[in-house]
Amino acid sequence: MRSHSIPLRSIALACTAAAALFTASAQAQAPAASSAPVKVGLMLPYTGTFAALGVAIENGFKLYVDENGGKLAGRSVEYFKVDDESDPAKAPENANKLVKRDQVDVLVGTVHSGVAMGMAKVAKDNKTLLIVPNAGADAVTGPLCAPNIFRSSFSNWQPAYAMGLVAAEQFKHKTAVTLSWKYAAGDESVKGFKEGFEAKGGKVVKELNLPFPNVEFQALLTEIAALKPDAVYVFFAGGGAVKFVKDYAAAGLKEKIPLYGAGFLTDGTLEAQGDAANGLLTTLHYADELKVPKDQSFRTAYAKAYKLQPDVYAVQGYDAAQLLAAGIKAAGGDLSQRDAVVKGMEQAKIDSPRGPFTMSKAHNPVQDIYLRKVVGKTNQLVSVAAKGLADPARGCRM
Amino acid sequence: MDLTTFLIQCLNSVQYGLLLFLVASGLTLIFGIMGVINLAHGSFYMIGAYMAFALSSLVGNFALALLLGIVLAVVLGYLLEWCFFSFLYEREHLSQVLMTYGLILVFEELRSILVGDDVHGVAVPAWLDGSIAIGNGMAYPVYRLFMSGVCLAVAAGMYAVIRHTRLGMVVRAGSTNREMVQSLGIDIALLYRVVFAVGMALAVLAGMIAAPVASVYPGMGGSVLIVCFVVVVIGGIGSVKGALVAALLIGFVDTFGKVLWQQAAGVLVYVLMAAILLWKPQGLFRQGT
Repeated sequence: MRSHSIPLRSIALACTAAAALFTASAQAQAPAASSAPVKVGLMLPYTGTFAALGVAIENGFKLYVDENGGKLAGRSVEYFKVDDESDPAKAPENANKLVKRDQVDVLVGTVHSGVAMGMAKVAKDNKTLLIVPNAGADAVTGPLCAPNIFRSSFSNWQPAYAMGLVAAEQFKHKTAVTLSWKYAAGDESVKGFKEGFEAKGGKVVKELNLPFPNVEFQALLTEIAALKPDAVYVFFAGGGAVKFVKDYAAAGLKEKIPLYGAGFLTDGTLEAQGDAANGLLTTLHYADELKVPKDQSFRTAYAKAYKLQPDVYAVQGYDAAQLLAAGIKAAGGDLSQRDAVVKGMEQAKIDSPRGPFTMSKAHNPVQDIYLRKVVGKTNQLVSVAAKGLADPARGCRM
Repeated sequence: MDLTTFLIQCLNSVQYGLLLFLVASGLTLIFGIMGVINLAHGSFYMIGAYMAFALSSLVGNFALALLLGIVLAVVLGYLLEWCFFSFLYEREHLSQVLMTYGLILVFEELRSILVGDDVHGVAVPAWLDGSIAIGNGMAYPVYRLFMSGVCLAVAAGMYAVIRHTRLGMVVRAGSTNREMVQSLGIDIALLYRVVFAVGMALAVLAGMIAAPVASVYPGMGGSVLIVCFVVVVIGGIGSVKGALVAALLIGFVDTFGKVLWQQAAGVLVYVLMAAILLWKPQGLFRQGT
């Protein structure tokens, strides 16, 4: 960090005024840069199925900034928002709006895996810093990985692989049927489960799927009943997750064939699922009642600020801000020193509400995956399904 | 696939098909009789689902919520027709598409403002909250059978009104020759207003009935709208009978497609539509049958 002498500060002010008149130039001197706000481009779903998730991520991000006096590592923040509509076809255009029109310093987004892949491509082409606060597409920290791309959430492989281990080792299941939407996230989650499950001697006998975002499950439930596996693993989120859990219970399968899933099956959906979700076991990098001190303070602050309970998406948004702050801090507040920013983010130990985590070589969190059980309206911690699990980052060359 | 599974899948197909019919019947009425392409039809379904959510928590009784919802839908449909749709009959399809698409955006935004963007569930009423064991370890929820019953009752009721009442006769006549009906001294504007209100009420009813099993979430109208148009096109524009046959066809193709040919499940319904249009460009049944 440099100390400001008075003349320098007035120069800095002049520079800022100049920067305001002309478009921001990357050539601004360090002190000038540190008094201009950090431009954060939030590209999140504000409409459609994932709208609530987008809002939670933004809330989490802003909570960290507000806790630090409206600053990230001492720099004020300016937000630019774009609704990505969870539409992969619009992803390049929307990301380019933020990168080229608004000249943001960092992109933060998004929920939908397909959109996140589009963002990763834009970020790669323009060398823009990107933090993915949810989308678990393995490719983001796999084949698409880059020094300027980070993720504060998870890879689809992580919770799924851990669930596979638990289903085979702890619950001694021999056969399983998987079911998911036919899109990147669903395929990767099913693959991860299969890898964990078959590594421990289980066998996935059938992989069922249906087109995204179709929610007519009845035909496939009938198929599951006919196959009679020991266990069923599914990947669904949002409205689809609510409907699937209800349909599964209504078809009388819940008592006969245990249902497992990645945590999104029962996150932010319990209110709508009602009794149908009771007792379901899922794996995720977060749970209710974690007994992590940071979690308790985070939940209190979030509830106070937004008058609602935080969820895993809020945590991921919060950690995206923490990760960014670590990078800015390491570069002494100067975002133009990209290498220093990246290094700071790579070496950060994030004090997350989910428990502390570090970054893998491919920039994905190395974190504990928890086994949780639905009790009433919460996902209670049962045990740690996998300790310090790192995504294998297949296909990543940096 | 053994026989039990096959029979259960047939039941699934019929059940899905009937629900599709309920949503699509309102669309085909409005489309066939007034010649208006109503893209906002999916939004009516969404409004129905949210009404079920809001009303059942308000009055605490599902049956009463249904009745209230239908009354509200008729009133709303009447007003919508009066404010927006009555200006569309003489216009070309492009203006209709533009305006009804605008309505979709307005309804989605209103929903977001009024109810928020969370996913909600609607409880199945206690007297329907059971299931019947049907072999193979499967149980069939009583509520789904109730849904099918309601759809069948609506289908029968519509058939009776359109075929055997004076109102139905006027509606059929109005759809083929508007001027002639007017010259007979019938208030066609009022007639259209009533038909539109009924069409909207049908979509809202479908949404309300589907809410307990489908859950209630943002954007739920979009996917329904597309498949409804497929139903209307296959069945023949304006034909209620066609809509019923087409909806059941789609129910079977979709259900068995998912099980037997997973990779193609997403497109089978559209392949069916293309095949039928090649064979009968007007759809299975022409208007007014």
